[in-house]
Amino acid sequence: MRANCWYGKKDVRVEQVPDPKILNKRDAIVKITSTAICGSDLHLYNGFIPTMQAGDIMGHEFMGEIVEVGPEVHDRKVGDRVVVSFPISCGKCFFCEQELFSLCENTNPNAWMAEKLFGHSPCGIYGYSHLTGGYAGGQSEYARVPFADVGTLKIPEGLDDEQVLFLSDIFPTGYMGAEMCNIQPGDTVAVWGCGPVGQFAMASAYLLGAERVIGIDRFPERLKMAREGAKADTINYEEANVYETLMELTGGRGPDACIDAVGLEAHGAGAHGFEYIYDRTKQALMMETGRPIALREAIMACRNGGTVSVIGVYGGFIDKFPMGSFMNRSLTMRTGQCHVQRYWKKLLGHIKDGDIDPSFVITHRMKLDDAAHGFDIFNNKEDDCIKVVLKP
Amino acid sequence: MATGTKRQEQGEAAEQSAQAAPELVVKDGLTGPEAPANGREFGGDGRQNALKKYVDEEQLARGLGWFSIGLGLAELLAPRGVAKVAGMRGNTGLIRLFGLREIASGIAIFAGGRRPAGPVWSRVVGDALDLACLGAAYATPENDKARLTFATANVLAVTALDVLCARQLGADPDGAQTERGNVPVNKSIVVNASAEEVYQYWRDLENLPRFMRYLESVKVTGEGRSHWVAKAPGGSVEWDAEITEDRPNQSISWRSLEGSEVETSGTVRFEPATGGRGTVIHVKLDYNPPAGVVGALVAKLFGEDPDAQMQIDLRRFKQIVEVGEIVVSDGTLTGEGYTEQRPAQPLGVGLGAAAGQLQK
Ligand SMILES: [Zn+2]
Ligand SMILES: [Zn+2]
Repeated sequence: MRANCWYGKKDVRVEQVPDPKILNKRDAIVKITSTAICGSDLHLYNGFIPTMQAGDIMGHEFMGEIVEVGPEVHDRKVGDRVVVSFPISCGKCFFCEQELFSLCENTNPNAWMAEKLFGHSPCGIYGYSHLTGGYAGGQSEYARVPFADVGTLKIPEGLDDEQVLFLSDIFPTGYMGAEMCNIQPGDTVAVWGCGPVGQFAMASAYLLGAERVIGIDRFPERLKMAREGAKADTINYEEANVYETLMELTGGRGPDACIDAVGLEAHGAGAHGFEYIYDRTKQALMMETGRPIALREAIMACRNGGTVSVIGVYGGFIDKFPMGSFMNRSLTMRTGQCHVQRYWKKLLGHIKDGDIDPSFVITHRMKLDDAAHGFDIFNNKEDDCIKVVLKP
Repeated sequence: MATGTKRQEQGEAAEQSAQAAPELVVKDGLTGPEAPANGREFGGDGRQNALKKYVDEEQLARGLGWFSIGLGLAELLAPRGVAKVAGMRGNTGLIRLFGLREIASGIAIFAGGRRPAGPVWSRVVGDALDLACLGAAYATPENDKARLTFATANVLAVTALDVLCARQLGADPDGAQTERGNVPVNKSIVVNASAEEVYQYWRDLENLPRFMRYLESVKVTGEGRSHWVAKAPGGSVEWDAEITEDRPNQSISWRSLEGSEVETSGTVRFEPATGGRGTVIHVKLDYNPPAGVVGALVAKLFGEDPDAQMQIDLRRFKQIVEVGEIVVSDGTLTGEGYTEQRPAQPLGVGLGAAAGQLQK
C-alpha cells in the first residue's frame, strides 16, 4: 500500500510499504477513505517530538471501512463504516473504566520511554512517535486498528466523510477543551489559537452555553473563520494588546475561562517580541521544549477563580510559568489529550441534528500522494491553509 | 497522682472509642480488614547503593559539570555558531547570557562538594530531559536523516545517566552495601484483577516466560521443583529451583537449589489495592551469579537497569491479565528496547508473529 512516511525534519514521503495485518486478536484492518493532517503532526514535522524513526507512517485522524477483523472483535464487522479515535484504548484497565481513554495503561508498549519524559505514560497513539507506542499512522491506504470495539465509531447512512472525519480528534478535542471550563450560563470564554482545534473549542463553548466567545490569533483567514464559522469575536494579537483588549471587553474582570489551543509552538508579537526570542532561543538550545507565550497570557488574563483549559500539545518543560498569578487568584487548570471515545457519540448526535457541520474548517482537499505538499503549505500557512484532508 | 489518673481516664476513653470505631467505619480502603497497617517507613533498604557498581557517580557528576561549562563557553565565545544552529540572527548578546547561565550551572556542580546531588538533580530536571526532548529537532541534519535515531537514543541514554548519577549521589554513601555482582530487582504494578486470579497465574511457574523476556522456559519437574532456562545474548543459563513458601493468594517464594550455577531467589507478593482497585503485585528477585562467563551472561540478562527491565515485563503481565495478550505495535514487533525498535510501519507479518515470538 501507499503511506506517508516521516524521514526527518520537514521531510515526509509517500512510499510503498507492506499492507498491515492483524497482530492482536482485537485488531481490525480499516481501508481508509479520508485522512487528515493535524496541527500536532507539524510538531513531528518540525522535529519537536523525540523518538521518531525514519520510515514511521504518520497520521492519527482517519476513517474508512472495516475489511478484516480479529477473532476477539465482537461489535464490529467487515463492511462497517467507521471513524477511528486517535487514542488507542483497551477498554479494560482502571483508566478506561473511568472513560479516561487517553490514559489507557495497556496500549503503549513503549510506556517506559514516556515515563522517562513525563513520569507516567499516556495511551498509545497512531503515527505519533515511538514515545506513544510506535504505531503506524493513518495517512495511508490501510491501517491496523487495535481494540477495534473501543477505538471505532460506526457512522450511520446519510453523513459524508467530511462531516464526521474530525470526530477522530479535533472536534472532541476542542469540545473537551470547552467542557473542562465548566461553562455556566452567561460566561465569557477566550480561546488562544484559531486553528482547527481552536475553531471547535469556540463552537463547543457555545454548544455548552457560553454567552460570549473570543478567539485570539494573528492570521486573518483564521480570525475570519472564527467569526464566520464559529461565530466568535476575535482579537488579532499583532494589532492589539490581548490582555488590555480582554479587560476592556469584560469590564476589567477577565474572561471566566481561557483555553490554550496553541501549545508548544506559540508565536508572539509586539510586547511579546523579546519573550518569543527568549523562548525560541532556549528551545533551540534544548533548555525548554515549548514556547508557552499563549499559556502565560491566558493565565494572566483569566478572571479570579476562573479556569484555564490546556488542549494545545506540550512536549516537555516550559519556563517562566506565572505561578504567583495562578496561585494567588484561585485559578484552576485542566488539561489532557482528548478522551475521544467519551465524547464522540454525543458529538455525532450534534452533527446528525444539524447543530454543527465540522467540515467548515476544511480549506484544502488533495490526494494522499500529495501529502508532502500538504504538510508544506500547512506548515507555512500558505494559501490560507487551515485544514488539509487527504484522499488515498 | 491526679494528672496520672486523668491521663489514664483519657486513655481509657480513647480505648473505648477505638473499640466503638469499627461499627462507625463503613468501608474506606484504609481501615478494611485486608489493608496494610499504615505508619510505615519506606526506602531504607539501601537499594540505591546496590546499583553502585554500574557507574562511579562522582566521576560522572564531574563530567556533567565540565559538559555544562563547555557548552557555556561555546555560547559565550562562539554565539554566532550557536545562533546559526538556532536558526536566528543577531541575538548573540542573549546567547552569551545563556552561556553564563550554563557555566554557572557547571560551577554549581563543582561547588556542591564531593557529592553534589542538588546541582546534578537540577541538571536532570531543568536541562537533561529537555535535552532528550529536543535532541531529535536539534540533531537532524537536513542531509543525514539516519543519524537522527542514533542521536535520539544517545541523548536519552545521557538522560538516564543523569538520573542514575543524581539518584546515587542522593543515596547515603555509608548505607548497606550490596555485594558486587549481585543483581537486585524490585518492582510493583497494579492489575485490575483479584488476588486469586493473579496468584493462580504466577503459581504455574511455566507461565512466567510468557511475559518475562529473559526467560526461555520454566519446566515444573516435581513437587515444588522447577528447571529454569534464561537466554542472554551469546548463550543461555540454566538452574533448578524450588518453591520455599507458598501462601495462596498472598505470596510465592522460590530459590535455586544448592549447588546451582546461578544463585537466585525471588518472591512475589499479592496485596489488595486500596479501595478495591485490583491487586498490587510486588516482585523481588535476586541473582547472585558466580564470577566468569556465567556471571557475565547473567549480568547481560538484565542490562544496565534491571528494575526498568522488570517494569516492562510486569506491564506485559498486566496486559495478559487485563486484555488477554501482550499488545504489540509495528515499532515494537522486534522488541521494546531502543536498539530493537523498528519503523512504525507494517512488517508484512500477521497474528502469531505477535505475542513475543518475533521478539525472541
Ligand atoms: Zn490530531
Ligand atoms: Zn485501557
